[in-house]
Amino acid sequence: MVLEMKGIEKAFGNLSVLKDISLQVDSGEVVSIIGPSGSGKSTLLRCATFLERIDAGEIRYLGEPAVTTNGQGEAEYVGAAELRKMKQHFGLVFQQFNLFPHYSVLKNIMDAPIHVQKRPKEEVRAEAEELLKKMDLVKRAEAYPCQLSGGQQQRVAIARALAMKPSILFFDEPTSALDPELTGEVLKVIRQLAEEKMTMVVVTHEMPFARAVSNRVIFMDGGVIVEQGDPEQVFGAPEQERTKQFLRNYQQ
Amino acid sequence: MTIQTMLGLLAQGFLTTLAIFFLTLIGSLLLGLPVALGRMSRYGVVRGAIKVYISIMRGTPLMLQLMVVYFGPSLLLGLSLPANWRFAAVIVAFVINYAAYFGEIYRAGIEAISDGQREAAQVLGYTRGQTFFKIILPQMVKRVLPPVTNEVITLVKDTSLASVIGTVEMFTRAKQIAVAPNSPGMLTFVAAAVFYYVFNYVVAFVMERIEKAFDYYR
Ligand SMILES: Nc1ncnc2c1ncn2[C@@H]1O[C@H](COP(=O)(O)OP(=O)(O)OP(=O)(O)O)[C@@H](O)[C@H]1O
Ligand SMILES: [Mg+2]
Repeated sequence: MVLEMKGIEKAFGNLSVLKDISLQVDSGEVVSIIGPSGSGKSTLLRCATFLERIDAGEIRYLGEPAVTTNGQGEAEYVGAAELRKMKQHFGLVFQQFNLFPHYSVLKNIMDAPIHVQKRPKEEVRAEAEELLKKMDLVKRAEAYPCQLSGGQQQRVAIARALAMKPSILFFDEPTSALDPELTGEVLKVIRQLAEEKMTMVVVTHEMPFARAVSNRVIFMDGGVIVEQGDPEQVFGAPEQERTKQFLRNYQQ
Repeated sequence: MTIQTMLGLLAQGFLTTLAIFFLTLIGSLLLGLPVALGRMSRYGVVRGAIKVYISIMRGTPLMLQLMVVYFGPSLLLGLSLPANWRFAAVIVAFVINYAAYFGEIYRAGIEAISDGQREAAQVLGYTRGQTFFKIILPQMVKRVLPPVTNEVITLVKDTSLASVIGTVEMFTRAKQIAVAPNSPGMLTFVAAAVFYYVFNYVVAFVMERIEKAFDYYR
């Protein structure tokens, strides 16, 4: 089990955004999360990546607890140093890429492995060049993010996350900020990672893509998991009325 | 008095002007950083104190601040101050005044950086210090260059305020020369204006080059 989230509760003020959400992801699994706007998909990923603090529940990576719930039902995080170590287990790819604009493509990819993981520079460089090859960006190694198309930027962002050698990669609508003609190149890369058995959780609105690459699809609405299962089942024969309605609206 | 003598005397004053300018610039550009960070502190007391400080610095004349810093220690505390206190007071007053402006400029620059930058760094495991010095600060510097240039140009002209406590920088010198017997009179002021103008021209040129050096990214 790479990721284990149990009974996650998260509220912003009075607004309860995640209600008793549980999610387990096995090694090599690709899980897609779909659902209407505001259903809590991003918040779930942000809680999993410690960008938001959960109110209650448990989070474990590779069996190691990052957050547990105490007797009073409140979430308790491990210490700051341990939490930072925990971050080595995952990577996150944002909708808006969030590349560092003042770093070249190569430096975006190499900086964290060198300065956070303290790995030897030469080793990191060799791996970064491999990643660039994989992302078809070898020629752009010295370019700056502003000189790249959105699709290229997102591929650099994926390479930057992969350079940390995470056990699981989260994507939050990786193609939503892209022009339609550029989504294909990013989806292709994710599909390739799926074939290599990279463990991934992908929040997406690209239904055909979700259906094609995932092992499991989760439909969220109103802060709860309404339905989940095999993609053919969820897309082909959804059981819940809300799922049916959402997919129907989506086809129009 | 010949024009050459007049120019020589002005040039002497100009050296003092340069000293005020550079010492203020270095001091306030650096001090602006803790001011900006204090202004954004998570501790309300720190935030509040910095806010009051900034509001006083911006809400009262620099000329008055110069007098308070210069006369304050002896008037309020009865201290007798060394002879070179005058120049030190000028630098102290200028630095704490300009640091308030730079602090606000830095804060705006930091706040304009998208949260996504901080979040990306956080997920990659950067410490808070690494995030600030590697990711936030360099991007902030680029963003604040235009407003900083404005302040620097204002500073060139503001150095003349030091004359209010009797510092003999170029402006004071020009006043002294102009009223001296058989001085070149009006020409003295014209010469002083040229000094300031050329100085500012150089400052604007240098700042433009620095901005250009940051053009490689957006
Ligand atoms: N920092 C925040 N403060 C207050 N409310 C928030 C915050 N972040 C999210 N929310 C609210 O939480 C709810 C869930 O938001 P979230 O971004 O997780 O939805 P989403 O499923 O990702 O939607 P979308 O498909 O539009 O990205 C929304 O009602 C949103 O307004
Ligand atoms: Mg979202």
